Amino acid sequence: MIAIDGVSLTLQGTPILHDVSATLPKGELIALIGPNGAGKSSLLSLVARLIPLQSGRITVDGLPVDRTPGRRLARTLTIMRQDTGLAARLTVRELVGFGRFPHSRGRLTDEDRRHIAAALAEFDLTELAGRTLDALSGGQRQRAFVAMAFCQGTDYLLLDEPLNNLDMMYGRQMMRILRHLVDRQGRTVVIVLHDINYAAAYADRIVAMKDGRIIASGPPDAVLTTDGLEAMYGYRMPVHRIGDRLFIPHHD
Amino acid sequence: MAERRVWLAAALALLCAAAFLGLNLRGNIAFVLELRALKLLALVQVAVAVAVATVLLQTITGNRILTPSIMGLDALYLLGQTALVFLLGGIGFAAVDPRLKFVIALAAMVGLAAAVFLPLVRARHSLTVLLLTGALLGILFRSLSSLLARLIDPNDFAVLQGVSYANFNAPQGELLAIGAVLTAVAAAVAWRQRHVLDVMALGPAGAISLGVDWRWSVAGVLLLVVLLVAVSTALVGPVAFLGLLVVALAERLTGTRRHAVLLPAAACIAVTVLAGGQAVLQHGLGGASTLGVVVEFLGGLVFLLLLATGNRR
Ligand SMILES: Nc1ncnc2c1ncn2[C@@H]1O[C@H](COP(=O)(O)OP(=O)(O)O)[C@@H](O)[C@H]1O
Ligand SMILES: [Mg+2]
Repeated sequence: MIAIDGVSLTLQGTPILHDVSATLPKGELIALIGPNGAGKSSLLSLVARLIPLQSGRITVDGLPVDRTPGRRLARTLTIMRQDTGLAARLTVRELVGFGRFPHSRGRLTDEDRRHIAAALAEFDLTELAGRTLDALSGGQRQRAFVAMAFCQGTDYLLLDEPLNNLDMMYGRQMMRILRHLVDRQGRTVVIVLHDINYAAAYADRIVAMKDGRIIASGPPDAVLTTDGLEAMYGYRMPVHRIGDRLFIPHHD
Repeated sequence: MAERRVWLAAALALLCAAAFLGLNLRGNIAFVLELRALKLLALVQVAVAVAVATVLLQTITGNRILTPSIMGLDALYLLGQTALVFLLGGIGFAAVDPRLKFVIALAAMVGLAAAVFLPLVRARHSLTVLLLTGALLGILFRSLSSLLARLIDPNDFAVLQGVSYANFNAPQGELLAIGAVLTAVAAAVAWRQRHVLDVMALGPAGAISLGVDWRWSVAGVLLLVVLLVAVSTALVGPVAFLGLLVVALAERLTGTRRHAVLLPAAACIAVTVLAGGQAVLQHGLGGASTLGVVVEFLGGLVFLLLLATGNRR
């Protein structure tokens, strides 16, 4: 469980998050949605201790993120961010292999190699394994970074817009892999999504943010309503139900 | 494959070192050899220090066109030398015990780093702030140096020019020993941390997510960089572009930035450039005092090439 309690954040004098509290249960796929600038990335960065905690408390599986040694936390929690940094000269295999760093500190064991091969296969990267990142398309690179997070083998994965740059086929594949991680391996995935239809189709729970606050949280049926979405995005969109699926044509 | 290229670089380095030692041996061979061995020790030490320091700085900043001279340490060194010449005159400057000069220079550079950079790291300022501070200090020191240089007697000015570029011709046995120990320790620490350095190259977010304590690790790496640069500068003088040159060449040769490969490859290429260059200048061209200038020229060219080809990061 990720417990966020009374967290506020101010960066360079600008308040970013206001007294945010939330409980994200273990073993669920949780979608974080909300307009640009709502504070989604900031909240994930705080949970992943990329930004120091200023006020409030965050624990992951009972480990306080501001006081647990980084190495310990790296076996429980990982984050993949939007700006995936610079590692141009790395091969895909090397990058994915970094996921094993918290376990073997860079000296790969046979078990590590098995994990790496599995991650490459899972994300359809085996054929690209020897390529360097600067020789990949944006979507391929994105998959490589998610594969690295997967390879880290943590119970909690925080993914900031992992569908960026992915075409429909790979977007769907990514969501299915994540769903599989949750259903079969009991992992917890917190994912920032912009397409609410993906959230509707794949998430167990949706947390909606706006202006540095959580304005709704619950199962897709409860959060994705015409009124709720208007409060978030500022315009009305119909919410259709097709079978047991919600479908939201938000673009017309 | 990359590993094999390291051995190639090592072989080249050995060859150049041997050429430097063995070419044109004449007269009192034991004496000449001893002198050359001392010089070679200085060359190797500076080569290793500059190569390792440059790799480390580029790794933590995620920037492939930075050299440690952005931190302003060599500018401070230059200012110190200029001030000494200004105060003591050319003859007085030459009379000062080199060991004293070494200690003063080392203390000033490490002191500056401790006074300016450590508080910045402690206050969680970003590396950009830190580098900007270093660059500004560098400009300030350089301006002060040129102001002082204008006030210096023209005869003394020649002395000053002599210390503005790296000079490998007058190594002091004891200083070399101290420098060699410090450089070896710093390089060994960097080598032991090679896997952590690989992860740090992913940037703060990636490294923290993989369990690296970013702030402490950056502080530690900066400490190594400062130590290496200070030792090599105090020993032979400033070498701004050598690091850029050899790291770019090493990356080209091995095709990777993995530190297990890049660190030794860059060090070997640095030895090749310095020892080989010195051998050529000394035995081929007669005068050996200009190696520092030649290396800076080549390094500057590489810098412009990197800029022009868009390899800015
Ligand atoms: N380092 C920073 N300094 C000041 N403001 C920031 C910083 N980073 C983000 N912000 C601001 O915080 C708000 C939330 O940003 P972010 O968490 O990235 O939103 P989201 O991911 O939901 O789009 C935005 O208004 C953004 O401009
Ligand atoms: Mg964001």
